[in-house]
Amino acid sequence: MATKASRSAARIMMAPAVILLLGWMLVPLIMTLWFSFRTYLPLRGGDLGFAGIDNYIRFVTSSAFWPAVVATMTIVVGALLITVVFGVLLALLLDQPMWGQGIVRILVIAPFFVMPTVSGLVWKNMFLDSVNGLFSHVFKFFGATPVEWMIDKPFFSIILIVSWQWLPFATLILLTAIQSLDSEQLEAAEMDGAPPLKRFWFITIPHLSRAITVVLLIETIFLLSIFAEIFVTTAGAFGTKTLTYLIFQRVLESQNVGLGSAGGVYAIVLANIVAFFLMRIVGKNLDA
Amino acid sequence: MARAVTSRRKTINTALAWGVGLIIFFPILWTILTSFKTEGDAIAYPPKFLFFDWTLENYSVVQERSDYMRYLWNSVIIAGGSTLLGIIIAVPAAWSMAFVPSKRTKDILMWMLSTKMLPAVGVLYPIYLMFIKLGLLDTRIGLVIVLMLINLPIIVWMLYTYFKEIPGEILEAARMDGATLKEEILHVLTPMAVPGIASTILLNVILAWNEAFWTLNLTAAKAGPLTAFIASYSSPEGLFYAKLSAASTMAIAPILILGWFSQKQLVRGLTFGAVK
Amino acid sequence: MYLRNALCAAMALTLAAGGAAQAESITIATVNNGDMIRMQGLTEDFTAKTGHTVEWVTLEENVLRQRVTTDISTNGGQFDIMTIGMYETPIWGKNGWLVPLDDLSADYDVADILPAMSGGLSYEGTLYAAPFYGESSMVMYRTDLMEKAGLSMPEAPTWEFIREAAAAMTDRDNDINGICLRGKAGWGEGGAFITAMSNSFGARWFDESWKPTFDSEAWANTLNFYKGMMDESGPAGYATNGFNENLSLFQQGKCGMWIDATVAASFVTNPNDSTVADSVGFALAPDNGLGKRSNWLWAWALAIPAGTQKEAAAKEFIEWATSKSYIELVAAKEGWANVPPGARTSLYENPDYLAVPFAKMTLESILSADPNNPTVDPVPYVGIQFAAIPEFAGIATDVSQEFSAAYAGQQTVEEALEKAQAIATDAMEAAGY
Repeated sequence: MATKASRSAARIMMAPAVILLLGWMLVPLIMTLWFSFRTYLPLRGGDLGFAGIDNYIRFVTSSAFWPAVVATMTIVVGALLITVVFGVLLALLLDQPMWGQGIVRILVIAPFFVMPTVSGLVWKNMFLDSVNGLFSHVFKFFGATPVEWMIDKPFFSIILIVSWQWLPFATLILLTAIQSLDSEQLEAAEMDGAPPLKRFWFITIPHLSRAITVVLLIETIFLLSIFAEIFVTTAGAFGTKTLTYLIFQRVLESQNVGLGSAGGVYAIVLANIVAFFLMRIVGKNLDA
Repeated sequence: MARAVTSRRKTINTALAWGVGLIIFFPILWTILTSFKTEGDAIAYPPKFLFFDWTLENYSVVQERSDYMRYLWNSVIIAGGSTLLGIIIAVPAAWSMAFVPSKRTKDILMWMLSTKMLPAVGVLYPIYLMFIKLGLLDTRIGLVIVLMLINLPIIVWMLYTYFKEIPGEILEAARMDGATLKEEILHVLTPMAVPGIASTILLNVILAWNEAFWTLNLTAAKAGPLTAFIASYSSPEGLFYAKLSAASTMAIAPILILGWFSQKQLVRGLTFGAVK
Repeated sequence: MYLRNALCAAMALTLAAGGAAQAESITIATVNNGDMIRMQGLTEDFTAKTGHTVEWVTLEENVLRQRVTTDISTNGGQFDIMTIGMYETPIWGKNGWLVPLDDLSADYDVADILPAMSGGLSYEGTLYAAPFYGESSMVMYRTDLMEKAGLSMPEAPTWEFIREAAAAMTDRDNDINGICLRGKAGWGEGGAFITAMSNSFGARWFDESWKPTFDSEAWANTLNFYKGMMDESGPAGYATNGFNENLSLFQQGKCGMWIDATVAASFVTNPNDSTVADSVGFALAPDNGLGKRSNWLWAWALAIPAGTQKEAAAKEFIEWATSKSYIELVAAKEGWANVPPGARTSLYENPDYLAVPFAKMTLESILSADPNNPTVDPVPYVGIQFAAIPEFAGIATDVSQEFSAAYAGQQTVEEALEKAQAIATDAMEAAGY
């Protein structure tokens, strides 16, 4: 169908985006790779020479490495589960006829507009603070001992904050998908006497699978690199050090750019493993 | 829509949805309320909801300490500029992927998305050194470029999914009528893609507005946007909830208002090709 | 008259030609602490005096630190003045990254800077940063609660006394904790406190051959004592409390004692912010009878990165902001209790200032701190609550996270110390010690 001319035109049109992204990916990547094989300590005078694979070995054998991988996965998977499950429920609810639908929708999507730094600070100080936070006020009101959220439930706290930010995004995409659902199909099923749960499971969910994979893909990309939410809440204490945070510590706190760069290379590898599987699933779903 | 709805069910739906909506919105509401309290009231127990001495003091303290308008203007330029630049680069790319697909189109798309997974802090030193060489540190143009590159994959992907939904026959017809490629894009394709482009722009303005790593680490006095503004209020000495709330409200208000006014647009367009 | 005008014109010409002292715009990175915010508010005075204008980049401490370190180590040149501490100054000075402040004007009176401060802000005898304010740490306590408990605070208490007093003052039903201390992870937060405290228990970070010593009995004693006391009498969730959290607890009347930075004294005695302003007493930081107290020494100081184009204007600003007349300016506008403390000898000879309740104890605390001999046993490093080597910040942040997890009861003190030893050993090996 496409002519030769349009093919080459297409290539030319794609070129700027591809070249720019290639540059954006390759230049820092090559520099990261270069640094990762060097002993690069800014506070000791900069580049101190070739380090072989020392940085790589040191980064993986450090006691913080595997916990960081686990912490990353915990937060990503936790936030994905919450946003998808509640996103589907919320989208179903918002799809129902009601009064003031527009306003409710505005209320629900609002958290998406809040900067991660701000939401981290607001949640940590005004809600989850064990003395002055609103949650502890509520606990006190009911005569319960306030929970030390950041200490006893650090993952819960961070996942809560992150989910709050991303739930609107999931809800929006899923809502659009639900609205496109053929209502005749549902009605036919209703006529046949299929109970609501069955209708939901066999008609709505399959219909949503595409939207869910899109939510999973986009959110994973953003969640793998969350930083501000941890920086302003636990600062990596109590086991919440993610891989991104660990690299931050190595580069900026320990001022060991070589070691941090090696960590960066691991993070890229990890992200690509995750991406590979995700893309497989999503790619299949998007083709169908 | 022939589904009959009993008014009882509608009432329950309404109550439930409003309840959930208010819970989700509550942290923002609470922040806004707190910004009008004194520092003492902000931590009072039992918490004060509406009956406290409303004061604008926090806002005047914040304004006195930092020039809000300058940060706001930087945010507008950086978020707007990076999005526009991104759109200009992405439209042709997305067009060609959607209408002249090759075997590798999907791979290229996925590869583009995967560039977003590079952990930013790992490349801070390389990028910083590069920015020094290019003289881009603390310039708005530097941030426009970086944020454009960060969000370009998302823009390309969103546009690609919209363009794909446009039936190819229309383009064929236009071509039959002797339309050139340029005319085809400008007069046929663009009008049909306006809703998609609009929501792409919106989403990317939001993402760029809220980006807090590069905007903080590549700026000093001149180009700092609202994320840098917030960083000077995050944890000072003494009581700070009210002032933090005021600064937070000032930082998120513009984008919140923009988002609310355009939410229909955003809702319609935010599909990422998830809906067929 | 004529002659004067001619002279002026001639001077203006030379200046314009030489480009030496024309009005410049300098960029200053600083931390968002109260004294710096005040300095920011007084910038006009500087502009009026010198013609130079100032662009402020005010950031939260942790963000500031990463920001200025990135910039100076890459020679980024984004700032003409950076606000740094006693930890950074000798390291950066050694690297030749800072402009030596050895030619300040006679008016400025360098000799007036407290020796402890200028000592900590120098490398090999050259001053590299001028102290904006200096601090040590001391005990702040509630005189009313102390009386109620039937105790009286000695001027130089021991840890045993503090622990007993804390237990006696604790009244959980009324939300009063006998003692509030930092437990928050981070080398400048809980890490600083526990390190200073460990000095009085005879512990040290590294022995003479740079081997970490967390496996020593002294460290175990320090942590066990701290955790024991805090579990008895500390606030809930102390493992996440830093300076700020404790300050707000104390101001709300929820702490009997608080051992922290001397600058906090002006906050807790300020009736606008503090509900307990009129019943606060001060004492030296506790000791353990081993000859070292548990107070630290710190200064926030202004330094000029080497390579700035505006060195002259930057020096003028430093001379303005850390001068005697700046102190007088603040005193005239906001009262003596609000002047930046701990930097100059003359301040502590001023009868107006000595009338401030915490002045004397602040000076005594600063004078009793010795960064060159911080510990009971000899150490190869300088610094009390830190060791002035580039690797320290990274190691201490990791180590203090392990400590915080122990305070929170997520691991035992032994486990925390074992991990600390492993972390420190690994990092020191990596750095080639």
